Amino acid sequence: MTADNPLTQRLEGPAPVMEVAKDLVRRTALLAPVAIAVGALIWQTPGAASVAYGIAIVMANFMLAAAMLAWAGRISFAAMGAAAMFGFLIRLGLIFLAVLIVKDQPWIEMLPLGLTLIISHLGILFWEMRYISATLAHPGLKPSPKLPIHQSASDSPVENEPQGAA
Amino acid sequence: MSLAAQVIAQTGDELKNAAAAEGAGFAYGLAAIGPGIGIGYLVGQAVQAMARQPESAGQVQTTMFLGVAFTEALALIGFVVFILLKFA
Repeated sequence: MTADNPLTQRLEGPAPVMEVAKDLVRRTALLAPVAIAVGALIWQTPGAASVAYGIAIVMANFMLAAAMLAWAGRISFAAMGAAAMFGFLIRLGLIFLAVLIVKDQPWIEMLPLGLTLIISHLGILFWEMRYISATLAHPGLKPSPKLPIHQSASDSPVENEPQGAA
Repeated sequence: MSLAAQVIAQTGDELKNAAAAEGAGFAYGLAAIGPGIGIGYLVGQAVQAMARQPESAGQVQTTMFLGVAFTEALALIGFVVFILLKFA
């Protein structure tokens, strides 16, 4: 056995993927009201219900993917690889099942459901990727809306108010 | 409508449904192959990287998770084509 054997090594401590997944779900929840409103505007009530259902599927998909990776990562890296591969198949099957269950319901529209699945999945990922890229490039940087600004070394910190604010 | 016309119309509908089902199956099946290969390669490389450098496992895992999710989007697009062809 070599020191870098993926069958024996495992991830210790908190799983970073769960943090990423929680962040993704938080961002999805932020966008959900807007998406549901757009769905309601175009396809009325079934559109809103379909968009909400699609968003719930996307959130559950992210959380399940992260939970499987985190769980398998505590066993071994090789188990994590297996979880990623079989998890992909399992989650595709579950999404198919979730759509199959509701396909004949009067409150579901397939077009908004399908569009929501693609757009929300990709949109949230791109949003999260920007944040993760920034944190990987500058590990100490944690942007917040109100950061204290020191105008010079002797000045006391002042709040970072938007320009034009009273 | 004559019997022949009814048979032709019925056959046409059946042909259309069969073609839609076939197309949907192909779309979903083919769309799942590419991401399957992609995820396999991605995860294999990530596991190797984590095994070689366990201290950077957190960063590698985060990047891998995003990569898996992006690759999975391709399969989702195929799935959406499938449900639109089959159920819409």
